[in-house]
Amino acid sequence: MRPALAPILLAAAIAGAAEPAAAERLITSLSEHRVMVTSSFTGSELVLFGGIELDSGVLPLHGNYDIAVTVTGPRETVVTFRKERMLGIWVNYESRVFENAPSYLAVLSNRPLSAITNPETLRRLQLGLDHVSLPQRIEPVPADDLPGDVFRSAFLGLKSERGLYTQESNGVTFLTPALFRATIPLPADVLVGTYEVEAKLFSNGALIARTPSALELYKAGFEQFVTSSAQNHGLLYGLAAAAMAVLTGWFASVVFRRD
Amino acid sequence: MQIYLPIADLPVNVFVIFGMGLAVGFISGMFGIGGGFLMTPLLIFLGIQPAVAVATVSTHIAASSCSGAISYYRRRAIDVPLAGLLLAGGFAGTVFGVWLFTLLRTLGQLDITIGISYVLLLGVVGGLMVVESARAILRARQGKPVELRRPGSHTWVHGLPFKLRFKRSGIYVSAMPVLAIGCIIGFVGAIMGIGGGFLLVPMLIYILRVPTATVIGTSMVLTLVTMASATVLHAATNHLVDAVLALVLMVGGVIGAQFGARAGQRISGERLRLLLGLLVLAVGIRFGLEITLPPESLFTLRPLEGG
Repeated sequence: MRPALAPILLAAAIAGAAEPAAAERLITSLSEHRVMVTSSFTGSELVLFGGIELDSGVLPLHGNYDIAVTVTGPRETVVTFRKERMLGIWVNYESRVFENAPSYLAVLSNRPLSAITNPETLRRLQLGLDHVSLPQRIEPVPADDLPGDVFRSAFLGLKSERGLYTQESNGVTFLTPALFRATIPLPADVLVGTYEVEAKLFSNGALIARTPSALELYKAGFEQFVTSSAQNHGLLYGLAAAAMAVLTGWFASVVFRRD
Repeated sequence: MQIYLPIADLPVNVFVIFGMGLAVGFISGMFGIGGGFLMTPLLIFLGIQPAVAVATVSTHIAASSCSGAISYYRRRAIDVPLAGLLLAGGFAGTVFGVWLFTLLRTLGQLDITIGISYVLLLGVVGGLMVVESARAILRARQGKPVELRRPGSHTWVHGLPFKLRFKRSGIYVSAMPVLAIGCIIGFVGAIMGIGGGFLLVPMLIYILRVPTATVIGTSMVLTLVTMASATVLHAATNHLVDAVLALVLMVGGVIGAQFGARAGQRISGERLRLLLGLLVLAVGIRFGLEITLPPESLFTLRPLEGG
């Protein structure tokens, strides 16, 4: 057992060494970890604060720090339809299914991603809207996403239009050389669920540290009650809605009775 | 004041919604119709998904037709057996309509079906109403008597078997066309989010020869029951009824309807029909443009259920 383990450990050590041993640590903190979606929810803005901490007694090995923050919302499977003109009418003709695509995606950085690191690294890290993985289900075999695909760009375009996908090259601001702030915009129609937040620290184009965290959006109070009863007790919910309609109508006929 | 709609998943201004309820309520009170054919397009225009709009408007119409039905019942202007038979057909139509609605939604063809149905139905009905009422107005100007009912002119409809006598309406007619009309209204209502009052009233008058005294009250009972059952079915199968949206709409609607009814009494019947016809036609044309003009974006997104 033991001799067999050694090469694995060695391999792991080499793999670990491939990324430069960082003297820096990345510490982040969100302004809120739980965001409540209520009847007055019209979108929100969260702030992520972060600091680059050096190990005590060690001189900074790296300079030129860059930060990229990725916020990924709950995943959903989405159909993208393409309209085509048939007999003078525009109908949904072709469709593609995007499986487990992030419902929300924000990529924030202190300068354009292409300036932070090379395309190869961006691709490997799937960083940025151009590189995020959006697998499509093309019948009958699942296919990986193809760059430059019209459905992919339409998907990204529609998501960006609604503010659900954003990429901001000035979304991260350095307050001091080691302290930064990122503003995460949440539009009104974000889905509830867990949002993964990951801050990446680059130095001279190389990824030297990453720190994950998470935030949660939840519906509370009356909204939660309405949504869950509509989903889980559809029949009862429908009966209640119909009863509400009848009562409102009856009430109006009593209030406005003229004879 | 912004309010977040839990099912439509969208914040809206509560006063805008309330105002729409008032305005459509006014029109529906004035013409004695449910107003779904105006409300559903308005909601879609606001950015609410067509599917949610259709399902929610059915709840709204149930409320407005309920208050109407109660006041007509007090005035004994409802033919209960006729309403009951129409309902039997209406319920079957609603079940089938909700089923087709669900199927089209999964195929991604729901929005276009709603669009085409609006164009065809509103175009035809609006056009007919405009022509008919314009003729009536011209005839009145020329001093010719207005022919409202031609008792002698029986059509093939009156030759059908299974005849029944409806005492309050004073008609003797086969059960088959009654069931068929109910079925059509229920089906159309579930697919398009309309009560079908503007469709049902002419059908009852021209096909079944129901007298004016009982036609609106009876049609309101049918609308009430088909829309209430459409609400329940849409909620149970598609989970699309937004109760918050429906409540704001119906409160505005029932208030607006009271003022509309008073305004409607000051206008002559033909003028009223002409106005309604023009309104119906305008909404139809608006939908027609929407599906024939090149869309802003060729692509649309829709979340897949249970993704």
